[in-house]
Amino acid sequence: MLGTLTLLLLCQLVGDLAARLLHLPIPGPVLGMLLLFAGLLVRGDVPAAVQDTAGGLLRHLSLLFVPAGVGVMVHVTRLETEALPILVALFGSTLFGIAVTAKLMAFLLSRTDPRLEEEPATGEPAMGDRAKGDRT
Amino acid sequence: MSADLHQIWVYLSASPLAGLTLTLVAYQIGLWIFEKLGRRPVLNPVLIAVILIAGTLSLSGIDYRTYFDGAQFVHFLLGPATVALAVPLHNQFQEVRRSAVALVAALLVGSAASALSAVALVWTFGGSTATILSMAPKSVTSPIAMGVSEQIGGLPSLTAVFVIITGIVAASLGTWVLNLVRVKDWRARGFGMGVAAHGIGTARALQVNEVAGAFAGLGMGLNGLATALLLPTLYHLIWG
Repeated sequence: MLGTLTLLLLCQLVGDLAARLLHLPIPGPVLGMLLLFAGLLVRGDVPAAVQDTAGGLLRHLSLLFVPAGVGVMVHVTRLETEALPILVALFGSTLFGIAVTAKLMAFLLSRTDPRLEEEPATGEPAMGDRAKGDRT
Repeated sequence: MSADLHQIWVYLSASPLAGLTLTLVAYQIGLWIFEKLGRRPVLNPVLIAVILIAGTLSLSGIDYRTYFDGAQFVHFLLGPATVALAVPLHNQFQEVRRSAVALVAALLVGSAASALSAVALVWTFGGSTATILSMAPKSVTSPIAMGVSEQIGGLPSLTAVFVIITGIVAASLGTWVLNLVRVKDWRARGFGMGVAAHGIGTARALQVNEVAGAFAGLGMGLNGLATALLLPTLYHLIWG
Protein backbone atom coordinates (compact mmCIF):
# COMPACT_ATOMS: atom_id res chain seq x y z
CA MET A 1 0.00 0.00 0.00
CA LEU A 2 2.79 2.40 0.97
CA GLY A 3 4.71 1.48 -2.17
CA THR A 4 1.69 2.16 -4.36
CA LEU A 5 0.96 5.51 -2.71
CA THR A 6 4.57 6.48 -3.30
CA LEU A 7 4.27 5.40 -6.93
CA LEU A 8 1.07 7.42 -7.41
CA LEU A 9 2.63 10.52 -5.84
CA LEU A 10 5.79 10.12 -7.93
CA CYS A 11 3.74 9.91 -11.14
CA GLN A 12 1.80 13.01 -10.10
CA LEU A 13 5.01 14.87 -9.24
CA VAL A 14 6.64 14.02 -12.56
CA GLY A 15 3.41 15.02 -14.34
CA ASP A 16 3.33 18.32 -12.47
CA LEU A 17 6.97 19.08 -13.20
CA ALA A 18 6.54 18.22 -16.89
CA ALA A 19 3.44 20.43 -17.17
CA ARG A 20 5.30 23.36 -15.62
CA LEU A 21 8.57 22.93 -17.42
CA LEU A 22 6.95 22.45 -20.84
CA HIS A 23 4.16 25.00 -20.18
CA LEU A 24 1.48 22.44 -21.02
CA PRO A 25 -2.13 23.44 -20.27
CA ILE A 26 -2.75 19.90 -18.99
CA PRO A 27 -2.89 19.38 -15.21
CA GLY A 28 -0.12 17.33 -13.59
CA PRO A 29 -2.34 14.50 -12.29
CA VAL A 30 -3.68 13.80 -15.81
CA LEU A 31 -0.13 13.56 -17.15
CA GLY A 32 0.68 11.37 -14.15
CA MET A 33 -2.20 9.07 -15.10
CA LEU A 34 -0.87 8.78 -18.66
CA LEU A 35 2.60 8.07 -17.27
CA LEU A 36 1.39 5.29 -14.96
CA PHE A 37 -0.72 3.88 -17.79
CA ALA A 38 2.32 3.80 -20.09
CA GLY A 39 4.31 2.10 -17.31
CA LEU A 40 1.63 -0.57 -16.87
CA LEU A 41 1.50 -1.16 -20.63
CA VAL A 42 5.26 -1.70 -20.73
CA ARG A 43 5.10 -4.03 -17.73
CA GLY A 44 2.18 -5.91 -19.26
CA ASP A 45 0.18 -6.45 -16.06
CA VAL A 46 -0.86 -4.67 -12.87
CA PRO A 47 0.93 -5.80 -9.67
CA ALA A 48 -1.56 -7.06 -7.05
CA ALA A 49 -0.55 -4.39 -4.53
CA VAL A 50 -1.15 -1.60 -7.04
CA GLN A 51 -4.48 -3.16 -8.02
CA ASP A 52 -5.60 -3.24 -4.36
CA THR A 53 -4.51 0.24 -3.33
CA ALA A 54 -5.78 1.92 -6.50
CA GLY A 55 -9.07 0.06 -6.10
CA GLY A 56 -9.36 1.20 -2.48
CA LEU A 57 -8.66 4.83 -3.36
CA LEU A 58 -11.11 4.82 -6.28
CA ARG A 59 -13.86 3.14 -4.27
CA HIS A 60 -14.02 6.34 -2.23
CA LEU A 61 -13.41 8.71 -5.10
CA SER A 62 -16.56 10.70 -4.39
CA LEU A 63 -15.41 11.44 -0.80
CA LEU A 64 -12.53 13.45 -2.24
CA PHE A 65 -14.96 15.96 -3.79
CA VAL A 66 -16.64 16.82 -0.49
CA PRO A 67 -14.25 19.61 0.68
CA ALA A 68 -14.58 21.51 -2.61
CA GLY A 69 -18.35 20.95 -2.54
CA VAL A 70 -18.66 22.64 0.84
CA GLY A 71 -17.31 25.74 -0.94
CA VAL A 72 -20.92 26.27 -1.97
CA MET A 73 -21.15 28.24 1.33
CA VAL A 74 -18.90 30.97 -0.06
CA HIS A 75 -21.13 31.55 -3.09
CA VAL A 76 -24.56 31.55 -1.48
CA THR A 77 -25.38 35.12 -2.57
CA ARG A 78 -24.61 34.53 -6.23
CA LEU A 79 -26.39 31.19 -6.20
CA GLU A 80 -29.47 32.90 -4.80
CA THR A 81 -29.57 35.84 -7.21
CA GLU A 82 -28.82 33.67 -10.26
CA ALA A 83 -30.57 30.53 -9.09
CA LEU A 84 -32.66 29.99 -12.23
CA PRO A 85 -29.93 30.23 -14.91
CA ILE A 86 -27.52 28.22 -12.76
CA LEU A 87 -29.93 25.39 -11.98
CA VAL A 88 -31.34 25.16 -15.50
CA ALA A 89 -27.82 25.13 -16.97
CA LEU A 90 -26.43 22.55 -14.52
CA PHE A 91 -29.32 20.11 -14.84
CA GLY A 92 -29.93 20.69 -18.56
CA SER A 93 -26.36 20.55 -19.80
CA THR A 94 -25.32 17.62 -17.60
CA LEU A 95 -28.20 15.39 -18.64
CA PHE A 96 -27.92 16.54 -22.26
CA GLY A 97 -24.16 15.86 -22.21
CA ILE A 98 -24.61 12.34 -20.81
CA ALA A 99 -27.36 11.52 -23.31
CA VAL A 100 -25.51 12.87 -26.38
CA THR A 101 -22.18 11.24 -25.48
CA ALA A 102 -23.66 7.84 -24.60
CA LYS A 103 -26.10 7.74 -27.51
CA LEU A 104 -23.45 8.64 -30.10
CA MET A 105 -20.96 6.22 -28.57
CA ALA A 106 -23.54 3.40 -28.54
CA PHE A 107 -24.48 4.14 -32.14
CA LEU A 108 -20.84 4.08 -33.32
CA LEU A 109 -20.11 0.93 -31.33
CA SER A 110 -23.14 -0.86 -32.75
CA ARG A 111 -21.78 -0.26 -36.23
CA THR A 112 -18.19 -1.32 -35.54
CA ASP A 113 -18.45 -3.77 -32.67
CA PRO A 114 -22.04 -4.92 -32.10
CA ARG A 115 -22.12 -6.85 -28.85
CA LEU A 116 -22.88 -6.52 -25.16
CA GLU A 117 -26.50 -6.12 -26.20
CA GLU A 118 -27.32 -9.24 -24.25
CA GLU A 119 -26.32 -7.65 -20.95
CA PRO A 120 -29.15 -6.44 -18.77
CA ALA A 121 -28.75 -2.72 -18.22
CA THR A 122 -31.36 -1.61 -15.79
CA GLY A 123 -28.76 0.76 -14.46
CA GLU A 124 -29.07 -0.52 -10.94
CA PRO A 125 -26.16 -2.57 -9.66
CA ALA A 126 -26.62 -6.32 -9.87
CA MET A 127 -26.62 -8.19 -6.59
CA GLY A 128 -23.02 -9.25 -7.10
CA ASP A 129 -22.02 -5.62 -7.49
CA ARG A 130 -23.88 -4.62 -4.38
CA ALA A 131 -21.97 -7.13 -2.30
CA LYS A 132 -18.65 -5.51 -3.12
CA GLY A 133 -20.15 -2.05 -2.71
CA ASP A 134 -18.48 0.75 -0.84
CA ARG A 135 -19.12 0.02 2.80
CA THR A 136 -16.04 0.66 4.85
CA MET B 1 -15.25 24.46 33.78
CA SER B 2 -16.98 26.54 31.14
CA ALA B 3 -13.70 28.42 30.58
CA ASP B 4 -12.05 25.06 29.90
CA LEU B 5 -14.77 24.12 27.48
CA HIS B 6 -14.41 27.43 25.75
CA GLN B 7 -10.66 26.91 25.39
CA ILE B 8 -11.19 23.43 24.01
CA TRP B 9 -13.69 24.86 21.53
CA VAL B 10 -11.23 27.56 20.45
CA TYR B 11 -8.54 24.93 19.97
CA LEU B 12 -10.78 22.51 18.09
CA SER B 13 -12.38 25.03 15.76
CA ALA B 14 -8.95 26.19 14.60
CA SER B 15 -7.28 22.76 14.37
CA PRO B 16 -7.10 20.81 11.10
CA LEU B 17 -8.30 17.76 13.03
CA ALA B 18 -11.84 19.11 13.29
CA GLY B 19 -12.30 19.82 9.57
CA LEU B 20 -10.78 16.49 8.58
CA THR B 21 -12.83 14.46 11.05
CA LEU B 22 -16.01 16.33 10.17
CA THR B 23 -15.48 15.51 6.48
CA LEU B 24 -15.04 11.79 7.10
CA VAL B 25 -17.87 11.52 9.62
CA ALA B 26 -20.29 13.42 7.35
CA TYR B 27 -19.37 11.21 4.39
CA GLN B 28 -19.83 8.05 6.47
CA ILE B 29 -23.27 9.28 7.50
CA GLY B 30 -24.01 10.00 3.83
CA LEU B 31 -22.95 6.47 2.86
CA TRP B 32 -24.97 5.00 5.70
CA ILE B 33 -28.14 6.84 4.63
CA PHE B 34 -27.49 5.86 1.00
CA GLU B 35 -27.18 2.16 1.98
CA LYS B 36 -30.06 2.15 4.49
CA LEU B 37 -32.56 3.69 2.10
CA GLY B 38 -31.88 1.21 -0.67
CA ARG B 39 -28.99 2.82 -2.61
CA ARG B 40 -31.20 5.35 -4.36
CA PRO B 41 -28.93 7.46 -6.61
CA VAL B 42 -30.76 10.63 -5.51
CA LEU B 43 -29.42 10.15 -1.97
CA ASN B 44 -25.91 10.84 -3.18
CA PRO B 45 -23.39 10.53 -0.29
CA VAL B 46 -21.51 13.65 -1.48
CA LEU B 47 -24.71 15.69 -1.46
CA ILE B 48 -25.63 14.51 2.04
CA ALA B 49 -22.10 15.14 3.33
CA VAL B 50 -21.96 18.65 1.85
CA ILE B 51 -25.33 19.58 3.38
CA LEU B 52 -24.31 18.19 6.80
CA ILE B 53 -20.94 19.97 6.79
CA ALA B 54 -22.23 23.29 5.48
CA GLY B 55 -25.01 23.15 8.10
CA THR B 56 -22.58 22.35 10.91
CA LEU B 57 -20.21 25.15 9.88
CA SER B 58 -23.02 27.70 9.58
CA LEU B 59 -24.44 26.81 12.99
CA SER B 60 -21.06 26.89 14.71
CA GLY B 61 -19.86 30.01 12.93
CA ILE B 62 -16.69 28.40 11.55
CA ASP B 63 -15.77 29.85 8.16
CA TYR B 64 -14.96 27.82 5.05
CA ARG B 65 -11.24 28.73 5.09
CA THR B 66 -10.77 27.32 8.58
CA TYR B 67 -12.66 24.17 7.64
CA PHE B 68 -10.62 23.74 4.47
CA ASP B 69 -7.34 23.91 6.43
CA GLY B 70 -8.27 20.48 7.74
CA ALA B 71 -10.26 19.16 4.80
CA GLN B 72 -7.46 19.92 2.35
CA PHE B 73 -5.85 16.60 3.28
CA VAL B 74 -8.83 14.83 1.73
CA HIS B 75 -8.95 17.30 -1.17
CA PHE B 76 -5.27 16.65 -1.87
CA LEU B 77 -5.95 12.96 -2.56
CA LEU B 78 -7.81 13.95 -5.76
CA GLY B 79 -4.38 14.10 -7.42
CA PRO B 80 -3.18 10.57 -6.59
CA ALA B 81 -6.72 9.26 -7.25
CA THR B 82 -6.63 10.75 -10.75
CA VAL B 83 -3.30 9.00 -11.34
CA ALA B 84 -4.81 5.75 -10.00
CA LEU B 85 -7.43 5.82 -12.78
CA ALA B 86 -4.67 4.37 -14.96
CA VAL B 87 -5.34 1.00 -13.27
CA PRO B 88 -8.99 0.40 -14.34
CA LEU B 89 -8.03 1.89 -17.69
CA HIS B 90 -5.28 -0.70 -18.08
CA ASN B 91 -7.61 -3.49 -16.91
CA GLN B 92 -10.00 -2.62 -19.73
CA PHE B 93 -7.41 -1.71 -22.32
CA GLN B 94 -8.47 -4.38 -24.84
CA GLU B 95 -12.02 -2.97 -24.80
CA VAL B 96 -10.75 0.58 -25.08
CA ARG B 97 -8.49 -0.13 -28.04
CA ARG B 98 -11.25 -1.85 -29.96
CA SER B 99 -13.53 1.16 -29.62
CA ALA B 100 -10.97 3.92 -30.17
CA VAL B 101 -12.70 5.61 -33.12
CA ALA B 102 -16.08 5.70 -31.40
CA LEU B 103 -14.39 7.03 -28.25
CA VAL B 104 -12.75 9.99 -29.93
CA ALA B 105 -15.87 10.99 -31.88
CA ALA B 106 -18.16 10.68 -28.86
CA LEU B 107 -15.64 12.58 -26.74
CA LEU B 108 -15.43 15.60 -29.01
CA VAL B 109 -19.18 15.82 -29.63
CA GLY B 110 -20.09 15.11 -25.99
CA SER B 111 -17.56 17.54 -24.57
CA ALA B 112 -18.75 20.34 -26.86
CA ALA B 113 -22.42 19.49 -26.18
CA SER B 114 -21.94 19.75 -22.40
CA ALA B 115 -19.94 22.99 -22.41
CA LEU B 116 -21.94 24.82 -25.11
CA SER B 117 -25.36 23.84 -23.75
CA ALA B 118 -24.27 24.98 -20.27
CA VAL B 119 -23.10 28.35 -21.55
CA ALA B 120 -26.16 28.79 -23.78
CA LEU B 121 -28.58 27.98 -20.95
CA VAL B 122 -26.99 30.40 -18.44
CA TRP B 123 -27.01 33.11 -21.11
CA THR B 124 -30.62 32.44 -22.17
CA PHE B 125 -31.86 32.63 -18.59
CA GLY B 126 -30.02 35.86 -17.89
CA GLY B 127 -26.95 34.80 -15.91
CA SER B 128 -23.99 37.17 -15.48
CA THR B 129 -20.81 36.93 -17.55
CA ALA B 130 -18.82 35.70 -14.52
CA THR B 131 -21.31 32.87 -14.07
CA ILE B 132 -21.21 31.98 -17.79
CA LEU B 133 -17.42 31.79 -17.82
CA SER B 134 -17.30 29.84 -14.56
CA MET B 135 -19.89 27.40 -15.97
CA ALA B 136 -18.05 26.52 -19.21
CA PRO B 137 -15.51 23.99 -17.85
CA LYS B 138 -17.82 22.41 -15.23
CA SER B 139 -17.92 18.93 -16.79
CA VAL B 140 -14.28 18.10 -16.03
CA THR B 141 -12.57 17.17 -12.80
CA SER B 142 -12.13 20.07 -10.38
CA PRO B 143 -8.34 20.68 -10.60
CA ILE B 144 -8.61 21.00 -14.40
CA ALA B 145 -11.89 22.93 -14.35
CA MET B 146 -10.53 25.47 -11.87
CA GLY B 147 -7.40 26.01 -13.95
CA VAL B 148 -9.42 26.52 -17.16
CA SER B 149 -11.87 28.82 -15.36
CA GLU B 150 -9.01 31.03 -14.22
CA GLN B 151 -7.56 31.12 -17.74
CA ILE B 152 -10.79 32.33 -19.34
CA GLY B 153 -11.69 34.83 -16.60
CA GLY B 154 -14.21 32.87 -14.50
CA LEU B 155 -14.18 32.40 -10.73
CA PRO B 156 -12.30 29.16 -9.93
CA SER B 157 -14.03 28.55 -6.60
CA LEU B 158 -17.47 29.06 -8.21
CA THR B 159 -16.43 26.63 -10.94
CA ALA B 160 -15.54 24.08 -8.26
CA VAL B 161 -19.09 24.33 -6.89
CA PHE B 162 -20.57 23.89 -10.39
CA VAL B 163 -18.30 20.88 -10.92
CA ILE B 164 -19.56 19.20 -7.76
CA ILE B 165 -23.24 19.93 -8.51
CA THR B 166 -22.77 18.59 -12.05
CA GLY B 167 -21.40 15.37 -10.56
CA ILE B 168 -24.27 15.07 -8.11
CA VAL B 169 -26.86 15.67 -10.87
CA ALA B 170 -25.22 12.96 -12.98
CA ALA B 171 -24.90 10.48 -10.14
CA SER B 172 -28.54 11.04 -9.17
CA LEU B 173 -30.22 11.22 -12.57
CA GLY B 174 -27.66 9.71 -14.98
CA THR B 175 -29.12 6.22 -14.77
CA TRP B 176 -32.57 7.58 -15.49
CA VAL B 177 -31.49 9.60 -18.53
CA LEU B 178 -29.42 6.70 -19.93
CA ASN B 179 -32.45 4.43 -19.68
CA LEU B 180 -34.60 7.16 -21.22
CA VAL B 181 -32.43 7.35 -24.35
CA ARG B 182 -32.20 3.53 -24.30
CA VAL B 183 -28.44 3.10 -24.21
CA LYS B 184 -27.65 -0.44 -23.01
CA ASP B 185 -23.98 -0.81 -23.82
CA TRP B 186 -21.96 -0.50 -20.56
CA ARG B 187 -19.07 1.09 -22.44
CA ALA B 188 -21.30 3.87 -23.78
CA ARG B 189 -23.12 4.35 -20.46
CA GLY B 190 -19.84 4.69 -18.55
CA PHE B 191 -18.23 6.93 -21.14
CA GLY B 192 -21.19 9.32 -21.10
CA MET B 193 -21.00 9.61 -17.31
CA GLY B 194 -17.24 10.22 -17.35
CA VAL B 195 -17.26 12.80 -20.15
CA ALA B 196 -20.21 14.79 -18.79
CA ALA B 197 -19.59 14.38 -15.06
CA HIS B 198 -15.90 13.65 -14.28
CA GLY B 199 -15.00 11.86 -11.02
CA ILE B 200 -18.40 11.79 -9.34
CA GLY B 201 -19.96 10.33 -12.49
CA THR B 202 -17.06 7.89 -12.61
CA ALA B 203 -17.53 6.93 -8.96
CA ARG B 204 -21.18 6.20 -9.71
CA ALA B 205 -20.28 4.17 -12.82
CA LEU B 206 -17.66 2.19 -10.86
CA GLN B 207 -20.37 1.30 -8.34
CA VAL B 208 -22.61 -0.09 -11.05
CA ASN B 209 -20.29 -1.99 -13.38
CA GLU B 210 -16.51 -2.42 -13.82
CA VAL B 211 -16.59 -1.95 -17.61
CA ALA B 212 -18.70 1.18 -17.22
CA GLY B 213 -16.27 2.39 -14.54
CA ALA B 214 -13.23 1.95 -16.76
CA PHE B 215 -14.87 3.80 -19.65
CA ALA B 216 -16.04 6.52 -17.28
CA GLY B 217 -12.49 6.98 -15.98
CA LEU B 218 -11.29 7.16 -19.55
CA GLY B 219 -14.01 9.66 -20.48
CA MET B 220 -13.11 11.80 -17.49
CA GLY B 221 -9.40 11.78 -18.35
CA LEU B 222 -9.93 12.42 -22.06
CA ASN B 223 -12.42 15.21 -21.48
CA GLY B 224 -10.01 16.73 -18.97
CA LEU B 225 -7.39 16.81 -21.71
CA ALA B 226 -9.80 18.01 -24.41
CA THR B 227 -11.27 20.77 -22.24
CA ALA B 228 -7.87 21.97 -21.01
CA LEU B 229 -6.66 22.18 -24.61
CA LEU B 230 -9.75 23.33 -26.53
CA LEU B 231 -11.84 25.51 -24.23
CA PRO B 232 -9.34 28.39 -23.78
CA THR B 233 -8.77 28.39 -27.56
CA LEU B 234 -12.50 28.43 -28.24
CA TYR B 235 -12.97 31.22 -25.71
CA HIS B 236 -10.39 33.43 -27.42
CA LEU B 237 -12.05 32.79 -30.78
CA ILE B 238 -15.48 33.85 -29.48
CA TRP B 239 -14.68 36.59 -26.96
CA GLY B 240 -11.41 37.70 -28.58
